[in-house]
Amino acid sequence: MALRIKIQTGCDTPIYRQIVDQVHLAAATGTAKPGEAVPSIRGLAEQLVVNPNTVAKAYAELRNEGLIESQQGRGMTLCDRREVLTDSERMRRVRPLLSDLAKQAVMLGFNAQELSRMLKDECKALGQRPSKGA
Amino acid sequence: MTDAVIQTDKLTKYYRGQPAVEDLSMSVPQGSVFGFLGRNGSGKTTTIRLLLGLTAPTRGGSTLLGHDSQHLPPQLRAQIGYMPEGHPAYGWMKAREAERFHKSFYTHWNGDLFHAVLEHFRITPNTKAKHLSRGMRAGLCLALTLATEPKLLILDDPALGLDPVARHSFLESMVYVTREHNCTILFSSHLLSDVERVADRIAVLDHSVLRACCSVETFRQQVRQVVMRFDGEPPALPAVPGLLTSLRMGNELRLTLVNANGEVDQAMKQVGAASVETVPIGLEEAFLAYLDDRGERTSFFDHVGAKS
Repeated sequence: MALRIKIQTGCDTPIYRQIVDQVHLAAATGTAKPGEAVPSIRGLAEQLVVNPNTVAKAYAELRNEGLIESQQGRGMTLCDRREVLTDSERMRRVRPLLSDLAKQAVMLGFNAQELSRMLKDECKALGQRPSKGA
Repeated sequence: MTDAVIQTDKLTKYYRGQPAVEDLSMSVPQGSVFGFLGRNGSGKTTTIRLLLGLTAPTRGGSTLLGHDSQHLPPQLRAQIGYMPEGHPAYGWMKAREAERFHKSFYTHWNGDLFHAVLEHFRITPNTKAKHLSRGMRAGLCLALTLATEPKLLILDDPALGLDPVARHSFLESMVYVTREHNCTILFSSHLLSDVERVADRIAVLDHSVLRACCSVETFRQQVRQVVMRFDGEPPALPAVPGLLTSLRMGNELRLTLVNANGEVDQAMKQVGAASVETVPIGLEEAFLAYLDDRGERTSFFDHVGAKS
């Protein structure tokens, strides 16, 4: 099973949000391929030991975002990756994280070059291809 | 069907002139897993005993599966699984004897389920209850409660005194029972991580009074933490509606608010902070803010020794 979801309790991120994020990450990095089966709501709820409604909520959001679809008789599968967010929205979401990262890195004495190299390595570790659409 | 399985109407119980539960009105929808929260002595167990008709209310009332709690017919009681606090069991009974004993009271008994739960908790049927560990005894109680395949499961602090492994088994069983029959579960707990996992709705009791009754997500969203930074010493705070706690730390003022709306944002703007930032808050923090003493404080230890 390529789609491995793990959750943590007692943190600031609600459980359903953790599930949504992890499916997003798996799809974006290619750990889970389009057409791949997504565990059933029941199955995942029992595996994670969480309320099935929580999983249902996560799946509803993923479906709305066009990341998963339910197919007759086949359960739920991962869709082809489509960009549902506008460029400006993607920018808006990543910007604060970047500025935080830059701040921390500068405080720790890294320069821009080192930082960009480390960032590249991190992306590589996630299995991200060097350029989009390659 | 979204019928309420449990419905209370201004349920009130006094013990020697002291309120244990006061004007409690709530409803538990069918099929929900309902977490019942509150500090020790806030009235959770009393509420459960009132619901089951084990004690009579001073005023108000409640219904279970549509029947008055005080006059539950035996056929209806057979559909309710109740596990009292502390996992009581007759020590001299072997697990299999406990099964025979309990079974004799019910018309419906799922022996396979009983033994499956025993196995899950690694209990051999020939062990006497007094020789079981706490976690195993809890497992035995659970097996006895589940074997009747109740429509409504009421668990009074099921996780009390259990190690993490036994607790996990318990949670697994709770998720499992919602599978087969459209079972409703009401459980009280102090373990917020457990509640976060399995509950869809929560009720929070504080000093005998119901303070919140909503979905876990709504509860989280209602409680919000705001950090205000000032250039100098933070000024005295005006009356902010819905303020739960405020904490001063140097140039920072950390406010925890409930039901924050535009009005609150307005009020905070007037204070003239250099920056206002909303920070995410976990269930545990939200809960702590909710049940803590109100008002401004610096530390818990300020209250030590203070007479109230």
